[in-house]
Amino acid sequence: MKSKVIQNIDFITLLLYVLLVAAGWMNIYSSSFDGSDFTFSSRYGKQLLMIGISFILFVGILFIEGHIIPAVSYYIYGIIILMLILVLFIGDKTGGSRSWFIIGSFKLQPAEFAKLATALALSQFAGRDGFKLFSSFKNLIILLMIIALPAGLILLQGDAGSALVFASFILVIYRLGLPVYFLMIIFIEVAVFISVFFISINTLFILLIAAALVVFWIFTGKGKETFIYAFAVTFLTLAGLIPVVLFRKNIPLHTVLFISVLIVLFAEVINAFGKGKFYRLLMPLLLLFYMGSAYSTDYVFYNVLKEHQRTRINVLFGIEKDITGVGYNVHQSKIAIGSGGFAGKGYLKGTQTKFNFVPEQDTDFIFCTVGEEWGFIGTAGVIIIFTVLLLRIVKLAERQRSAYSVIFGYSLASVLFFHYAVNIAMTVGLAPVIGIPLPFFSYGGSSLVSFSVFLFIFLRLDAERNTLLM
Amino acid sequence: MKTKRFVISSIFITTAIIFIVKLFYIQVIDDKYKLSAENNTLRHITVYPSRGFVFDRKGKIIVANRVNYDLKVVPRSIETFDTAAFCKLTGIEPDDLKKKFEKNKYSYKPVLLKKQIDEEEYARIAEELYRYPGFFVEKRSLRTYPYAAAANVLGYLGEVDAEDLKNDDYYQMGDYIGKSGIEKTYEKELRGKKGTKIYMVDVLGRIQSSYKNGKYDLPAEAGKNITSSLDIDLQKFGETLMQNKIGSIVAIEPSSGELLALVTSPAYDPNLFVGKKLARNYGKIESADNNPLFNRALRSMYPPGSTFKTVNALIALQKGLITDKTVFTVNGYNAGTYIMKDHVSGAVSFKKSIQLSSNAYYCHVFKRIISDRRFDNYADAYNDWVSYVKSFGLGTKLGTDLGTERRGIIYPASYFDKYYGKGHWNYNTVISLAIGQGELGFTPLQTANLAAIIANRGYYITPHIVKNIENEKIDKRYLEKHYTKVESKYFEPVADAMESVVTEGTAVSAYVPGLSICGKTGTAQNPHGKDHSIFIAFAPKENPEIAVAVYVENAGYGSAWAAPIASLIIEKYLTDSVSRPWLVKRIEEANLINEK
Repeated sequence: MKSKVIQNIDFITLLLYVLLVAAGWMNIYSSSFDGSDFTFSSRYGKQLLMIGISFILFVGILFIEGHIIPAVSYYIYGIIILMLILVLFIGDKTGGSRSWFIIGSFKLQPAEFAKLATALALSQFAGRDGFKLFSSFKNLIILLMIIALPAGLILLQGDAGSALVFASFILVIYRLGLPVYFLMIIFIEVAVFISVFFISINTLFILLIAAALVVFWIFTGKGKETFIYAFAVTFLTLAGLIPVVLFRKNIPLHTVLFISVLIVLFAEVINAFGKGKFYRLLMPLLLLFYMGSAYSTDYVFYNVLKEHQRTRINVLFGIEKDITGVGYNVHQSKIAIGSGGFAGKGYLKGTQTKFNFVPEQDTDFIFCTVGEEWGFIGTAGVIIIFTVLLLRIVKLAERQRSAYSVIFGYSLASVLFFHYAVNIAMTVGLAPVIGIPLPFFSYGGSSLVSFSVFLFIFLRLDAERNTLLM
Repeated sequence: MKTKRFVISSIFITTAIIFIVKLFYIQVIDDKYKLSAENNTLRHITVYPSRGFVFDRKGKIIVANRVNYDLKVVPRSIETFDTAAFCKLTGIEPDDLKKKFEKNKYSYKPVLLKKQIDEEEYARIAEELYRYPGFFVEKRSLRTYPYAAAANVLGYLGEVDAEDLKNDDYYQMGDYIGKSGIEKTYEKELRGKKGTKIYMVDVLGRIQSSYKNGKYDLPAEAGKNITSSLDIDLQKFGETLMQNKIGSIVAIEPSSGELLALVTSPAYDPNLFVGKKLARNYGKIESADNNPLFNRALRSMYPPGSTFKTVNALIALQKGLITDKTVFTVNGYNAGTYIMKDHVSGAVSFKKSIQLSSNAYYCHVFKRIISDRRFDNYADAYNDWVSYVKSFGLGTKLGTDLGTERRGIIYPASYFDKYYGKGHWNYNTVISLAIGQGELGFTPLQTANLAAIIANRGYYITPHIVKNIENEKIDKRYLEKHYTKVESKYFEPVADAMESVVTEGTAVSAYVPGLSICGKTGTAQNPHGKDHSIFIAFAPKENPEIAVAVYVENAGYGSAWAAPIASLIIEKYLTDSVSRPWLVKRIEEANLINEK
């Protein structure tokens, strides 16, 4: 049985994993190497220890019974949730977030394991026989709760980056049956979100209303009604502005616009009930949703976020240029990567990373060392290996016979993708500096071990795909 | 499910393509990041070459470099230490130490604690310094003058000023440059060439390693050593003789134009102007009595007095207006409006005219020169005379390599035309020029050069202080002979007469048996006080090795002080000893400064 498991392990995936971990360790060695003799107390030494622990866990996972994994899923999830709560009270506060348990000389970050636990619970819940995403409202809510609960707790710790990772489960939900237009709705939502930083909320509202009217016209072909709606909103807005001007009340334009749309929507609701054409409610509801989210983004940006977070976002979008302050990380990171050229400066010969120009060079910015010392060949290589690995995982996931394994595989691919994509995007200046590690590469035991176990469990499930039915 | 897998896989692949395109752009296409990386990490550090030494003509080191040390500290890398013990060790005031630390508490850059620690003190501090991590010493090089003499010749170094920076982009703020003397003239040779070391530094500016094992470093080129023509012992001897006197001594090797000594008095110790002492002492020295910074040998102008009679004699001989047999019977000289007195009377031969320094004789000579029938008028004859005088280098800039010499004074006829009216003056109006008084002013350098010309029997080589520059030829200006307008043959009778000046004439005080010194006394009239004592001489008479001019201000007749001093200089140079220690003692002890 065991030997069969080992035979069935997907060696391509394993090879890709070993490649990434080995390359990662070499780069950690390079960025923390100071010319002294090898020692386990150094960062590369500790990381090597963690690679050893991962290997032991790999052997352990090979030897456990395959069916145990689904069986303990909820328990593991529960334990992790408890740890996430516990860390809020007794955790160690480092760098502005309370995310670590200190155990001896090692630090444990439960948030790193929360992704795995969530994947387990999600697979167990949605992998049940006959589970349909939209079969009951309750199912949907529970599913979302499984994802939102750890994310919320991590957000409470102050680790927004790690919380954001849970957004990656949207891909899993898509795989579970979320219609493609949902993805589109989300895409528009992202566009609206970004627009908030570039144009005023008033302009954004007017654009949204105009777009909604155009779409309505195209879909229904009712020019007359479109005109009536446009007229109604304009009229109501102007009417709403009269008291503002007359009584010098400080009511902003976007509030008036919002109320106007609400009134028109109310009229439409009565209309829809009268004619029984509920689908017509979809458009105005979406409009309200976008307006609401734009408004809340705007509100959060100016009233909830702290000054440094605002500048960080502004620098990202190119609204502010500041290479000594907030933009320093990304600027130095790009210099390090860019200076590598096509073939790189050679292993252990990076100057930018070695002399600490790049902050967090062996954790979140490890990719800079790759870029500087291995050049374009190295960076492109790492991206190709990651992409091949992701495609391989998806391929393996699709060949599973148990729904549990399919969902788990997609969870792995989604989380891995999100981490890798956001990390690299931030080092090359395509995304804001969100402090999440590059899987298998970045220094940090919790990250390495949790991703390794994540992958090993999936390989274990895959090795038993023919026997594991559930 | 196929479409979903396809959509998700597409997302993965699209992302990968975006990344690869972006990376290709910043790593391969765009160069700006590579340049930024170099700016980030490379520091160019100037390496100062050691400045060239200066030797005297006998190979003695007269300017050298002394190593000393700056004590520095990197405040971020210190550990707690015993401040009291440290202050005791280094002699730094505890308050100063505290202040320096307060100001630079978080600095990774070295902070200077104490400048120019000498080797002795360094040895003491270095022994203990290991107790104080973060503290270190940096080697610096300073000039040192072992003989504490010839300050006016050697010059001094000072920090470059705005002008220097503008004129030569070799210099950077804080660099040292020669400010006067040899240090200034031969700055380019002495300074060598600065080098550069390229280091890699980390984000805090701390040096990590040399860049590419020093492949791109530029080594500093050491400055060239210069052998000066100076005889430092002679110079020092001259300075001692001139102590408590105002004046100068210029000694030249006639055959080469090399300056053997160039004394200006009062003098100062060149070591007072080294490094940080410069700022402290400069003002003091500058404002001291009789300004020691004023190089009298090159810049002070005096009427040449009777020494000039040799020039008039030579010109008249060349012009054929007299011969060495010409005798004038004199009893003073009637200059029309007054009688010029003369301590010699009766029949005066050519030889005696110099030997006894007859005023009247030269009034007659000068009268002949100016009233020469070959010229249409006095003015033309006068101008011709001026051109003869100038051919002796008198009233011209000789062009030594010591800078700042004065031209001297000798006026063209137009000056007198303006003063008296054209045609309204004659030889008698300017008769004092016959005996080297009146409208004449020459520097000691120029009169020493006159002595050299007579020694050479008719030519001079521009006096210069450089004898030899390592691996380099000296300027050919200092090899070129300048002939006077007087032929060589006319010099012999003048030399004969000058010999008799010392043996039986006005300067027997300059007689040294066996040296055959030829000399001529002079007294420069001084309207402000006692006359200045002048003596020019050369020796030996045949194949002269030294020509000298001595000026002692407010010392009266030339025979009184200048002549014995000159004879001592000659003796010292020719025999490397002095046979008249009592004379040396008398001169050294004489204080002539207050005798105004």
